[in-house]
Formats: sequence, C-alpha cells, structure tokens
Amino acid sequence: MRSARLRAPDTEGRLRVQPAAAVRARRRDTVVRAAFLTPAAVYLLLFLGRPLVDNIEASLRESTATTLLRGRAPFTGPDNHVRLLASDEFWRAAAITGLYTAGSLVAQFTAGLALALFFHRRFPLGRLVRSLMLLPWLMPLVATGTAWRWMLDADDGVVNEALRALHLVTSDVPWLTGTQEALWSVVLVNTWVGIPFNTALLYTGLQAIPPQTDEAAQLDGAGPVRRFRFITWPQLRPTAAVVLVLGVIYTLRAPDVVLALTGGGPAGATQTLAVLAFEQAYTQYEFGRAAATGNVLVLVSLVLALIHLSALRRARRL
Amino acid sequence: MAPVRPLKRRPRPARRWAGTLVAIVLLALMLSPVYGMVSASVQPAGRSQPGSWLLSDADPGGYVTALHDQGGALVTSLVVSLGTAALSLALSAPAAYALTLSPVPGAGPFLFAVLFLQAVPGISVANALHGFYADTGLLDSYLGLILADSTAGVPFAILVLRTAMGAVPRELVEAARLDGAGHRRVFLSLMLPLSMNALVTAGVFAFLFAWGDTLFALTLTTGDAVRPVTVSLFDYLGAHSTRWNATMATAVLASLPAAVLVVVAQRHITTGPACGATH
Repeated sequence: MRSARLRAPDTEGRLRVQPAAAVRARRRDTVVRAAFLTPAAVYLLLFLGRPLVDNIEASLRESTATTLLRGRAPFTGPDNHVRLLASDEFWRAAAITGLYTAGSLVAQFTAGLALALFFHRRFPLGRLVRSLMLLPWLMPLVATGTAWRWMLDADDGVVNEALRALHLVTSDVPWLTGTQEALWSVVLVNTWVGIPFNTALLYTGLQAIPPQTDEAAQLDGAGPVRRFRFITWPQLRPTAAVVLVLGVIYTLRAPDVVLALTGGGPAGATQTLAVLAFEQAYTQYEFGRAAATGNVLVLVSLVLALIHLSALRRARRL
Repeated sequence: MAPVRPLKRRPRPARRWAGTLVAIVLLALMLSPVYGMVSASVQPAGRSQPGSWLLSDADPGGYVTALHDQGGALVTSLVVSLGTAALSLALSAPAAYALTLSPVPGAGPFLFAVLFLQAVPGISVANALHGFYADTGLLDSYLGLILADSTAGVPFAILVLRTAMGAVPRELVEAARLDGAGHRRVFLSLMLPLSMNALVTAGVFAFLFAWGDTLFALTLTTGDAVRPVTVSLFDYLGAHSTRWNATMATAVLASLPAAVLVVVAQRHITTGPACGATH
C-alpha cells in the first residue's frame, strides 16, 4: 500500500492551495493510521468498556440469585447505591481499605527507597540480585497468600516459632485469627508484595538523575544526608509520585492477597472494598449490591488515573 | 597547577564485593517466605501441621500428589498465559505504532482511557463479563480466559511499546517513507525489529499477569473443564486442607514461571515495571 510522500509542515494560519491528489493521499494516510489503532480500541471497548457499562446497569437493578433464575431483574434505580452508602458494612470496608492501603504504602515505599538507594551503588551481581528481588511481586498472589498463611499459622507457624525461640513473645500471636492482628498481617504481606515494585521504579528514577550536581555538592563538602535531601530527593519526587499512585492502584485492585490469607475475616476485620464486592457477589449472591460496590471502586480508580496522568506529566517535564 | 583528583574513585574490589555480600543478605531476608514455601512442600505427608525451617528429610510426596491432581491445571494455565501474551502483543503493537505518529485523531483520549483501564479493578468487570460470556458461549473456554486476561496485558503492553517505538529515530522512519514504504512496511520491517526488546518485556509481563490471575478464572469458569492452577490453589485453601505438603507443592509449581523468568529474562524483568509505568 503506497501512501502520501512526506509533506512540508504547514505554517499555521496560512492557507495553501493543494492539488486534489495530495489531499486524497493525506486523507488516506489518516485512515491507515486509525486502522492501526482500531483492533486495540475495539477490544478494549468490548472487554473493559462494555462490562463497565453493564456493571452500572446491573447496579440499577435488584439482581440476586433468585432473580437470576427467574430472568430479568426488576429496575430499582439508585436503590442499591443508597442502601450501600447507608450500610455500616460499606463504611467499615472503606475505613479498612484506607488503613490497609496507607499502611502498605508507607511501609513498601520506605523499604523500596532504602533498597533503591542501596542498589544505586554499583557492585558485582547487582542486576541478578535486583531481578531475583522482583520474585515476590511476580508470584501469583494466591501462592503468596498460601505461603504466608502457612508461615503465620498461630499454633505451629514458623513466624511464631521464631519469635518464641528469640524469646520475643511468651504466647502465640494469632496473626490471622485476631481481629487486631489480622489487619497487620495483610498489611505485612501486601508490603512484601509491593517492595520489589517500589525498588525497581525508584531505582530507575535514581539512575536517570544526572550525577554532576551531586558530585559538585560532594566537592563542596555536603554530607550524604544533605545531598539526598537537597539534590537527590527533589529530582526523585516526580517518580515517587508515580510510584505511590501505582501502589494505591495495585492495592485497591487485587483482593487476592486478603482472600487467600484471611478471606476477609476474622469477623470482617480485613474486609476491604474489593473483598466486600467479591463477597457480595459470590457468597451473598447480591449482584446488584456488588455492582454498586464495584462502581465505587471504578470511581476511585478514575480519580487515581487522573492523578497518575498529572504525575506523569510532571515527571516528564523535569 | 596540581592535577584535579578524580572525584568518586572506583572503590577497591574488596569494597565492591562487600556490597554484593550485603545484597545477598537482603535478598535472603526478602525471599525467606519463598524458602519457607519450598521447605513446607517437601515435608512428609504424615506431618500435617506446619513444620520447621529445616529441609531435614525431604519428601517428594507433596509433588507427586500435586502433579497428579494439578498437572492438567498447570497445562491450562500455560495455554491461557501464552495465548494472552500473543493476543496482547498482536493488539498492542499496531496501536503503539499509531500513537507514535502524530497527529492521530483521538490519541490523547485513547491514552487516558488506557491509563484509566489499567486502574479498573477486575472485580468491577468480572461479574458483567460473566453475563456477556454466558450470552456468547465464552464461559469455560480457553479463548474466554485469554480475552479476559488480556485486559491487564493490553494496556500495559501499549504503554511499554509506545515508549520503545517513540525512541526510534524519526529520521529512519522518514527515510523509509521517502523511499515509498507504506505504514505497514515501516511497522513490520522497521518498528517491530527495532523494538524487539520491548516486545519481549511486554510479552513476559502479559504472560505473568495472566498466569497469576485468580479473579477472572474463578468468575468465568464453572467446572473442571478449563481450570487454571490459581483456581486449584484457591480451592485447596477454601477446603482448608490439612495436606500442607501438597498445597505448598502446588503453590511452588504455580510460582515456577515467575522464578524461571527472574533468572532467564533478567533485563526484561528489571526494566519492565519502569517502562510500563512512568512514560
């Protein structure tokens, strides 16, 4: 397929007379470009866009296991959302989601930054170790949950065994069965999953900072702490913003960690919004209510995507 | 004038290896749960309670059981993940190429849509997708899972490939166009070979996303006909089985592709997160 030859750029505001063939060729060029985008666009519309719309539609109906069997669910308008927002269950899940996300993020970002700074110094086998460090992030979350469930087992888990051996605890800690401890445990495991990702991104951000300023400051006798605070950190901040937004997105997105570790228990102590939506759909068969919870999550992710975009813009301008 | 002493001298070899030593200690700390998983998987079946850290009497019994029960599930996971990697690349590469040409009508909104769709929780679309699949006969099919799992792979691959193709020197593209090459030619014989690295990176991650998916696999399958290993593991946990060694062996087998890829595809694994997220 032959298309138009290169054309001189138009200077704005000045009309240029063009032969009809050139106009046709350019139009054809635009059509060809659009054709490259089409398959992905159609796919995304069908498999992500359409389900999102269907989900809104489902949330406006009273659909439960019974209505599934009897056919069309009756239209109830905003009823599901109203009842959801009036329920204690929802607000408790929202609060737990906030704690879970904030706790995981602070911990994984801090550890990730420390590791990134450490790997920033060059040493033999650095890349191999950095690559192996990514394993916790790349393992299936269900496998992660399984491994930690075994380790945190209250009676004979190795974590309690180790704590006992070190005389740090006198009695077994109910990591997954205590209402207080369970939330700490899911934060711990989600942190473990998130550290590699934070390390990888912050390391890349550090590598992109030109070393001259830092060297000049070193010549002037600035210590490592001051150099980090006044030179490295300001230049790393845009990357840090992107990392944090993505951390929130990944934490909100996946109920797998919590489902595998605690199933949202004990007594709902680890029921985040994503877990709540899962439970509403698969154990209570309240599909309309689950769709409403799903909508809340979609709204939050829309806001996050906007923040992500502006963080990216800022990161690129620097 | 005295010569200026070079700033950061290369540290002596001994000091550099000290860094490696600390790194290995940190790595051991970070991967201790993985070690725990492996050690639990080779304990004798008789010992139903979680055991100790030591690999004293390794027993392959857990793996025998796991492979017997889950061999099919592993194959299913492999087929679905490879399919997802292939489909994600086939859909994303042309789109990424179109996004590097300016001006494309609708490129800005399209990119924002990709960012937004990357953030959408699977739980919000899984149920709706179930209804759509029930109408179209995609339930319990490899194709159905491949199409659903690609919802993670496609946006990621578009972002990675757009970065790579945007880095190809414009002069090259323009020279090819001047010689009369159409977009298809430029895409196939210039862009794809030059962004081979990014294609592998995007493919590896699309594969891993699909391999680790539990939610779609749970929602869009109804029985044992098409059943990825993540679902088996999830069911094991639900049954609260006391056969820890078989459960843990399944968890190890499910983590195997990730473990192999962090060793084999180091360069792609370490650059992947950054190019998918920050450009």
